[in-house]
Amino acid sequence: MATVKEMRTRISAVKSTQKITKAMQMVAAAKLRRAQTAAQSGRPYATRMAAVIANLAAGVSGDGAPKLLVGTGADQRHLVVVVTSDRGLAGGFNSSIVRAARQHIDKLLAEGRDVRIVTAGRKARDQLRRLHAQRLVESFEVGGNPSLAAAEQVSAKVQSMFEAGDVDVVTLFFSQFKSVVTQIPTGKQLIPAEVVAGAPVIDLKGASYEYEPDEETILAELLPRNITTQIFSAMLENQAGFFAAQMTAMDNATRNAGDMISALTLQMNRARQAQITKELIEIISGAEAI
Amino acid sequence: MADKLHFSLVSPERELFSGLVDQVDAPGSEGGFGVLAGHAPFMTALKEGLVTVHSDGATTVYQVRGGFADVTPDGLTILAEHAAEAV
Repeated sequence: MATVKEMRTRISAVKSTQKITKAMQMVAAAKLRRAQTAAQSGRPYATRMAAVIANLAAGVSGDGAPKLLVGTGADQRHLVVVVTSDRGLAGGFNSSIVRAARQHIDKLLAEGRDVRIVTAGRKARDQLRRLHAQRLVESFEVGGNPSLAAAEQVSAKVQSMFEAGDVDVVTLFFSQFKSVVTQIPTGKQLIPAEVVAGAPVIDLKGASYEYEPDEETILAELLPRNITTQIFSAMLENQAGFFAAQMTAMDNATRNAGDMISALTLQMNRARQAQITKELIEIISGAEAI
Repeated sequence: MADKLHFSLVSPERELFSGLVDQVDAPGSEGGFGVLAGHAPFMTALKEGLVTVHSDGATTVYQVRGGFADVTPDGLTILAEHAAEAV
């Protein structure tokens, strides 16, 4: 049985761990609020963009349509873009994104397709490197606060690969921020662009649209931006989800530490009492012997 | 000039402006243009430049780069990659 002194050391160790997890939880809660605002303020842009593209895509079809919209026509070479956070200690947050991506990759491989991977976020790189090192093309870091510049880097890489004819289909994996308790790992097709079916059709009230310079030119400029926007909003959603997950994970850790402290304290008290009793018996039996 | 135009300026980071205004001037890729309430549906790419918002006699100027203007019967929306209020 551990001595009282040993147990006292152990309790104080758990107590300092608890202090750290508690602090991390509070920091995550504060950062969550900011990340959530960022994710929400990025939404109008993304939804408008989707609406405009849906509107334009309806008018453009056939051979003149840009490849980013309709794809190369092939379905052989896939690129998977996985966005996670740079840091851990957030429960299963990153793992669940990677798991969703890995299932997708395994499915594609089983179908005999070529798969390449681009990661944004250190955790995606670390976890995918173990299994798919030879398929990993490039890794980016997201940084503490996702910036548009970081999204542009990833987007530029994706587009250059597409333009060079290295890939046919691009899918983006990230975690959708539903609420503080639920984040849903999501896969979203980037190229060919998925036109949102439910996008609001703009009522022109009988008038017809005028385009300057023309529809194709605008669409050709809009689509690359749309990719950047989608990656950026994935990063923002991820960031919010990450802090939410971290907050929950640290809250659990704090509670577990509390449970551990009370269990250890009980054990220590028992040990101490047993020791006192033992000493008393020794004294009494010593006195009786005289 | 009773009618007001609904104008919103959004960038990927945030919505910079949303509300009713009298007139908006923007630098279209084929030349600058002004939008009043009831403008015909119109869509254009924007050059780097200044967007001027006229509202109740006051004007606000925004610097935009890489964007699109979309005029619908509901109003004008400018999607700008980079936008900031000009000093």
